[in-house]
Amino acid sequence: MSGSIAAFYVIGIVLYLIATLFFGNTIRDKKSKEKQNKSGKIGFIITVLGFISHIVYFILRWIAGGHAPVSNMFEFVTFLGISVVLAFIILYLIYRIDILGLFAVPTALVLLAYASMFPTEITPLVPSLQSHWLYLHVITVSIAQGILAISFVTGIIYLLKAVDQSRRSKRTFWLELVMYAIFLVIGFVFSTVLFKALDYSASFAYIENNQSVEVEYHMPPIAGPKEGVALQENQMEPLIETPGWMQGKDAPRKFNTVIWSVIFGTIFYLIARLIMRKRVSAWIQPFLKHIKLDMLDEITYRSVAIGFPLFTLGGLIFAAIWAQIAWDRFWGWDPKEVWALITWFFYAAFLHLRLSRGWHGEKSAWLAVIGFGIIMFNIIVVNLVLAGLHSYA
Amino acid sequence: MNKLKCECGHFNPEGTILCESCGKPIEENQHLDGNDKSKLLNMRYEGSARRSLTYNRTIVDKIWNFFSSVRNGVILIVIALIASGIGTIFPQAMYIPANAPNRDPSVYYEETYGILGKIYYQLGFHELYSSWWYMILIALIGVSLVICSLDRFIPLYRALKIQKPKRHYSFLSRQRLFSETPDFSPEDKKKVVENLKNMRYKIFEQDGQVLAEKNRFSRWGPYVNHIGLIIILIAALLRMTPFMFIDDYVWVREGERKVIPSTDGQYYIENKKFHLEYYDEDDERYKEAMERMGQLVVKNYQTDVVIYKVKGETIPGQEPELEKVTEDAIRMNEPLKFDGYRLYQSGYQENEFSTMTFGIFAANDEEKSFGEFTVDLMSPEETYELENGFKVEISQYFPDYILQDGEPTTQSKFPKNPAFVFRVYPPDSDEPEVSFIGIGRNIDPTGENKYRLGITDFSTHYASGLTVRKDLTLPIFVVGAAIFMIGVIQGMYWQHRRVWINEKEGTLLLAAHTNKNWFGIKRDIEKALEGTEINMVVDQEEEDLEKVEQTATQE
Ligand code: HEM
Repeated sequence: MSGSIAAFYVIGIVLYLIATLFFGNTIRDKKSKEKQNKSGKIGFIITVLGFISHIVYFILRWIAGGHAPVSNMFEFVTFLGISVVLAFIILYLIYRIDILGLFAVPTALVLLAYASMFPTEITPLVPSLQSHWLYLHVITVSIAQGILAISFVTGIIYLLKAVDQSRRSKRTFWLELVMYAIFLVIGFVFSTVLFKALDYSASFAYIENNQSVEVEYHMPPIAGPKEGVALQENQMEPLIETPGWMQGKDAPRKFNTVIWSVIFGTIFYLIARLIMRKRVSAWIQPFLKHIKLDMLDEITYRSVAIGFPLFTLGGLIFAAIWAQIAWDRFWGWDPKEVWALITWFFYAAFLHLRLSRGWHGEKSAWLAVIGFGIIMFNIIVVNLVLAGLHSYA
Repeated sequence: MNKLKCECGHFNPEGTILCESCGKPIEENQHLDGNDKSKLLNMRYEGSARRSLTYNRTIVDKIWNFFSSVRNGVILIVIALIASGIGTIFPQAMYIPANAPNRDPSVYYEETYGILGKIYYQLGFHELYSSWWYMILIALIGVSLVICSLDRFIPLYRALKIQKPKRHYSFLSRQRLFSETPDFSPEDKKKVVENLKNMRYKIFEQDGQVLAEKNRFSRWGPYVNHIGLIIILIAALLRMTPFMFIDDYVWVREGERKVIPSTDGQYYIENKKFHLEYYDEDDERYKEAMERMGQLVVKNYQTDVVIYKVKGETIPGQEPELEKVTEDAIRMNEPLKFDGYRLYQSGYQENEFSTMTFGIFAANDEEKSFGEFTVDLMSPEETYELENGFKVEISQYFPDYILQDGEPTTQSKFPKNPAFVFRVYPPDSDEPEVSFIGIGRNIDPTGENKYRLGITDFSTHYASGLTVRKDLTLPIFVVGAAIFMIGVIQGMYWQHRRVWINEKEGTLLLAAHTNKNWFGIKRDIEKALEGTEINMVVDQEEEDLEKVEQTATQE
């Protein structure tokens, strides 16, 4: 990325980090009964500034590349992160709840960190991607997923507050597992940033689909490619080989990253447990005293209600139009398409279940968490393991 | 049909839970919606009489009831979800890679994925999405959709049409949002009604009892979207008929004209030129990315074509008379449309030769040339006469040469690897010299030739692969998708809100209901009550929740 584009990108991220601190400050202030306090307002304004900075990034990159910057994995995941911020801004303006910022903005930050794992250069568009429908498709899907991410955020907060932590149960176990998953994501961000700062590099040549390909690692290779040949002197010997069924582009490198994330994430989680001396979710619970459960439930439902039609439009209708024009079929049962359909059906099931009585509140919150899990699965696992037409990065 | 008479005088159909007119719970039916167990009334479908809750005697009733349960519908959807997910674990049969050692599914799955692959194949997951049980599942979802919608739409429509502003106390006090204001001023009441009106609520008034209502149309959203879904399901079924859907493929070489398959021989295509363009390696914008990828990136695939239609009747064996329909370029993302057909740029091949130029040289002196001639490989001449008197005859032509069992032969009629046996007649001579020449081969069978032939130049051409499509179901899909979108937006982005303002014995009763977004309706009421002495509604569900929470923390 050229200088000014990168600058706006980084400024946005820094602002989100600062905003998170201000949102964090709002829960320390336990005495105030008011929904909104000063610290939250400042946090919100800083978030908006960060968002504006990212809009500038988006426009500049569009101009520089000659096409909307949603055409490779870096650009796509980045845009998803920005969409989460946009969704947060919209729902904050409706409901004015500070705690939303404390959870939503970091979610966006994590997505932005995930984006940085992919090559950041502007790529030329191969013919199949040269379509306005592609931009419409990706942009709408991202915004929809950003809004659905908010239902995940409020779902998590709901569970942290509502699940009875006084004794062990299935619910505490699953919630703690979600917490652990969040630590893994933190581990991922940490390892990416750490090794980037250390400027680590190692590379291998290996055979994929009868073709020799090269892969460059930015983290020490715990898992090397299958029958890979080291290309640099003095580079670390891999301890294990990447299983052959991982077939996406650069699968060995991504698998290696997963391993590092698990290592760091687990270490951090154990440290947290040592310090807190209880489940992480139990430790967080008292901070959420003043949050109203039915308000969280309302936002969870509302964001699905807003996100679902958008997802239908972008993820299915625009996608089908594009596929019809580019690949002569509007539907092809490609894994990515099937998982978009699964996501859609899942949220339709969510909406239907809301019609019956027992499914409000905690059950809805679990569903919202699972739904976002499906979205993430589609973005991460389908690209890593199930390579299809869409694995364009 | 048995009619239930309510104390307000209204006759309700059998199975009614809340009186259609005044909302009073009808004693003997409260268990149907679970109202007997809770303080708040279940307001889904207005407590109207649904067939599925009322009758359960005959087999028809039982089938109707199975399909009209949202729970069963969701179960069907979840089964379809899980099956679809499993279908993505290994590639579907149509995505078996072209370079796989054996593309036969019965071998491929076991060979590539071991025992799991074998099971996958045997259970039919390799062609899941066209398997009979998957289709039945989808059809059942469709049936469920229709019956479920009918079961609810008709009674709901009735109930909302018949409703009166005056409601029974037991209806109002068991709404989620409710308040009582004992001594209220009539001015305040008027002001609230006025405020609601300004917020675009429709006001219905009858004997001083008021109903303010907004966005009732949003209640029809789900039914509209389900109609869209059903249209899509029907289109998907129609698409399986060849009448509605054609899918074919044609290869056309540059300069070639041929019939388009699956058009009953009615259309011809001529490929004038195929273009393959790459991004400029020095393009500042993409330089970095292209360096990293280490390869050229394609910018454009394009075939310039002319489409012809057969004119009049053609007698078999006769060359048809053609009429030009259109001349255009087909690019990726820009298919060509004509008379209901679409042609898509889908592939290309570049390894075909179109012309080859040969030089005649002295056998012992490479430098000494006696002239050249050019052969059009698609339609070679029999003989070529050079100006200086040389004559060359084609004795044999192998467009796609291969040596099979020691015999030279051709693999196909496409000039991918052309080879010739030439007879060269020097000027004024009737005694030819025989030469065999192909790419990388130059044989003098007698070993006594005075002249040697050599390839001095050649040109190649592309063959373009085009998908031929005709899909009459597309408009149906488009209509279905549009109706679905309208329905979802109608149901999701607007909410049906009602506020009842009733008077009973000098007390003002304020109650409200919405089908979603309670936060929004509370805000509306807050705004409407501003500057009045009327009590804000209490969220009785929230009260319940807080009680639960308090008992939980005390424990
Ligand atoms: C088994 C098949 C299905 C059945 C039985 C069914 C039934 C229902 C019912 C009874 C409602 C509530 C109507 C009301 O509130 O008055 C509804 C709403 C809805 N349905 Fe379905 N449906 C089915 C399939 C689907 C599918 C496949 C989709 C799309 C993916 C879908 C999308 C929706 C939406 C978006 C709503 C609105 C929900 C809301 O307002 O909260 N339905 N459906």
